[in-house]
Amino acid sequence: MATNTAVDVVMPQMGVSVSEGTITRWLKQVGDTIEADETLLEISTDKVDTEVPSPGSGIVTEILVQEGETVEVGTLLARIGGEGGAEAPAVQPPEPATQPAADEAEAAAAEGAAPAEEPQPLAQPAQPVAHENGKSFVSPVVARIAAEHGIDPSSVPGTGSGGRVTKKDIQAFIETQAQAPQAPPAPAAAPQAPAPEVAPQPATAPAAAPAPTPQPAAEPAAVGETVEPMSAMRRGIAEHMRRSLDTSAHVTSAIEVDMTKVVSIREKLKREYQSAYGVNPTYLSFIARATVETLRDYPWVNGEIRGDQIVTKSYVNLGFAVELADGKGLIVPVVKNAETLNLLGMAKAVADIAQRARNKQLTPDDVAGGSFTITNPGGYGTFHGTPVISQPQAGILGTYAIVKRPWVIEDENGGDAIAIRSIMNLTLTYDHRLVDGALAGRFLRDLRGRLESWGESDY
Amino acid sequence: MAEKTYLQAISDGLRQEMRRDSRVFVLGEDVGVYGGAFKVTLGFQEEFGAWRVLDMPLSETAIVAGATGAALMGMRPVAEMQFADFVSCAWDHLVTVAAKQRWRAGTPVPIVLRLPSGGGFSGGPFHSQNPESSFAHIPGLKCVCPATPEDAKGLITAAIEDPNPVLFFEHKHLYRRIKGDVPDERYVTPIGKARIHQEGDDVTVVTWGAMVYTAAEAAKQVDGSVEIVDLRTILPWDRQAVLESVRKTSKVLVLHEDTRTGGFGGEIAATIAEEAFEDLDAPVRRLAAPDSPVPFSPTLEKAFIPQVDDVVGALKELIDY
Repeated sequence: MATNTAVDVVMPQMGVSVSEGTITRWLKQVGDTIEADETLLEISTDKVDTEVPSPGSGIVTEILVQEGETVEVGTLLARIGGEGGAEAPAVQPPEPATQPAADEAEAAAAEGAAPAEEPQPLAQPAQPVAHENGKSFVSPVVARIAAEHGIDPSSVPGTGSGGRVTKKDIQAFIETQAQAPQAPPAPAAAPQAPAPEVAPQPATAPAAAPAPTPQPAAEPAAVGETVEPMSAMRRGIAEHMRRSLDTSAHVTSAIEVDMTKVVSIREKLKREYQSAYGVNPTYLSFIARATVETLRDYPWVNGEIRGDQIVTKSYVNLGFAVELADGKGLIVPVVKNAETLNLLGMAKAVADIAQRARNKQLTPDDVAGGSFTITNPGGYGTFHGTPVISQPQAGILGTYAIVKRPWVIEDENGGDAIAIRSIMNLTLTYDHRLVDGALAGRFLRDLRGRLESWGESDY
Repeated sequence: MAEKTYLQAISDGLRQEMRRDSRVFVLGEDVGVYGGAFKVTLGFQEEFGAWRVLDMPLSETAIVAGATGAALMGMRPVAEMQFADFVSCAWDHLVTVAAKQRWRAGTPVPIVLRLPSGGGFSGGPFHSQNPESSFAHIPGLKCVCPATPEDAKGLITAAIEDPNPVLFFEHKHLYRRIKGDVPDERYVTPIGKARIHQEGDDVTVVTWGAMVYTAAEAAKQVDGSVEIVDLRTILPWDRQAVLESVRKTSKVLVLHEDTRTGGFGGEIAATIAEEAFEDLDAPVRRLAAPDSPVPFSPTLEKAFIPQVDDVVGALKELIDY
C-alpha cells in the first residue's frame, strides 16, 4: 500500500480481553523509511508477544511511546509521514465520541485533514501527563486497584482533596475504559483513531521513568538490588499461576514409562520424516499422540469445572508450554483438534507452534481454548516436577528426561533379567476437585501402556 | 409485637427469663421495694418474692462477690449497679475472680451485671461514664451495649443464657427516649454479632449505644451515603461485619461516647489498619470524648460528648477526602 498521507500507528487490540501492551522494541527509528507491512515494532501483552507491521509506507516521523512503556489499546504509538517524507498533518480525531472506527488510513487521514491540532501531550516527552493531579498521594485502596488493573494512578483524573485520585475516580476510570468500543483485533489492521476515551489521556507518562510499567506499590531498590519493570507477560503469568493455585486442588501422580520401543521407532522414522516432510518426530509428539488417545477414554481429565457444572469436550485442544527464546517467559500455544492429527500431523503442529512462539508470531487465538496441557521440562534432565494447571483445565502432563537405566524385565523363559532400558517419568497434575486419584492413576497406566506397546505401524 | 421503650424491653426480657428459669434472680441496691433506681425491676418483688429480688447493702463489692458465689453454686444472678461508674468498687471480684474462674478451675460463672451508663443529662463525673472499654480489655468477660429496644431484650436474654460473666451496658439516655417494636415472645440476639443500622456506600460509621442515633442524625445532614454499623457487643466484637463494610466504603469513622485514649475505638481502628489496609481510601478517623472526666455543666457536657455536628464534620472530611 503506497501511502501519500500520514498514518498513525496505534497500540493494536490483540484480543477481546487485552487492554494494554508493552513496547518491547522499535525496529525503526525516527527518520527511517518503512514499507507497508514491514515490521515496525514488537509489543508484548499479557497474552502474546507479537510484531506490529507498518500500516503504511513512508518515513517514520514520530515515535511517541518508548521501549518498555505500557500503554492502553488505541494509544498513538508513532506516525508515518507521506511517501515524500513531508510532514503530514497529524491525525487527530475531531469528535472522538462520534467518530466511527476509521476503516482505513485514508479515511482517517482525510477526516484529519482539517488544520492539525496540537499533538497530544504524549508528544512532549519531558512533560508529565497533564492530569491536574496536584497531590501525588495514592491511597492504599487506589494503589491496590491500580496494580490489579495495571493502571498508572497518575493517569486518572482525580476529584478528591487537592486533586487526589479517589477510589471512585479509579473505579469510574476502569469502567469508562471497559465500555470503550473495541478496535478491530488483528495487529495488521488499518490504523485506527485513538480510542475514544481521550479525556483521561490513556497512557503512562512518556517520561515517567524509572519504572515505565505502573507499579505504584514498588519500593525503591536497596543497595545491591536491581529493579526492573515486570513485563506484561510476566504479570500475566504471575496472575495466572496464583489464580490457578487458588482455584484448583492440585495433586500430582507420577509413573515410570519404558520408552525403549518409542526410542527405536523414532530412530527409524526420523530419517523418513526429515527427508520426506522436513519435520523431526520428537518424543514430545509421540507422547502427545498417546496422550490424546488416552484423553478420549478419560473425558474428565480433558474437562473442566464451570461454576458448579462439569464440562466435557468432544475434542482435545492440546496446549504445549513453550519457553521463549530469551528465557524470560513462557507461553502455552494450543494445537486445536489434536484428536484429528496422526503422529506426523502432531509432529508438524508442535514444531509449528513452537517456532511461532519463539518468533513472537502467535495470535491470541493460538493461545486460547486449550482443554489439556503438556509441559516438557525434561530437556534439562529433570526427572520430576509438579506443574501448575492452566486454568480452567483439569490437568497438565509433565514429561521428563529419558534416561537409560537398569531395569528388571521378563526374559523369554518367564524369568527375571536386568536389561538396559530407556526410562522416562511422566507426571499428571490434576485438579482433585474433578479428578480422583484412582482416575488419574488409570489414566497414567493407560498412557504408559500405549507408549510401551507402540508398534511401528501405529499412528 | 408491641412498641416498647428501651427500658421496658430490658425489664420484659428480665421478667421473661425469671418466669422461665427459677435459677435466675436479681440483686442490687433498691431493686426490690423501690423497683430499682431507674425502675427496671418495678413490680418484680411482688411477682417473684423478696428471695428472688434482693435488696442489697450499699456495697458493689458485696453484690458482685455474692453474685459470683451464687453462680458458682448453680444460680443465674443478674446484678444491678445503680450506675455503671460504681462497678469499679467490684473490680477485683469481677476481674480477678469472675473473669478468671472458668479458665483457672473450669467452673462457669454465669453472672450478668446490668450497668446503666452514659451521659447527656448533667450527671457529672460519677454518674455519666461509659466504662466498657476498661472491661473489653479483660479476657473472660463479655461486654454488651445494645442500642435498640429489640436488641436490649434479645441481648439481656443472651446475657443470662451465657455461661460467662456478661456486662450489660444499658444506656441511660436511651431508657425512655427510644421506642421500637419488640417481639412479645422470647428470642435471643447473639452476642458478638453487629447490626447494620443503615446501609450506605460512601463512608462507614462504626459505633454502638447511644452514638448510633447521633450517627444516624448526622448521616441525614451530609451529602453522601453513610453506612452505620451498630456493634451491639464489643467483647467479642464483630470484626467481619466491620471489615466487610470498610471494604465496601473504604472510608471509616469510629465513633464512641467514651473518652479517646485507650477507648475501644482504638482497637477497632487498629484492626482495620491491619486487616483492611489495602481497602482504605482515607485515614481511619476516630471521634470520641476528650480525655477528661465528664463535666457537670450542661454546656461543657455538650462540648464533651460527641454531638451530631461533630459527626457531620468528621463525615464531611472523610467524604471530601
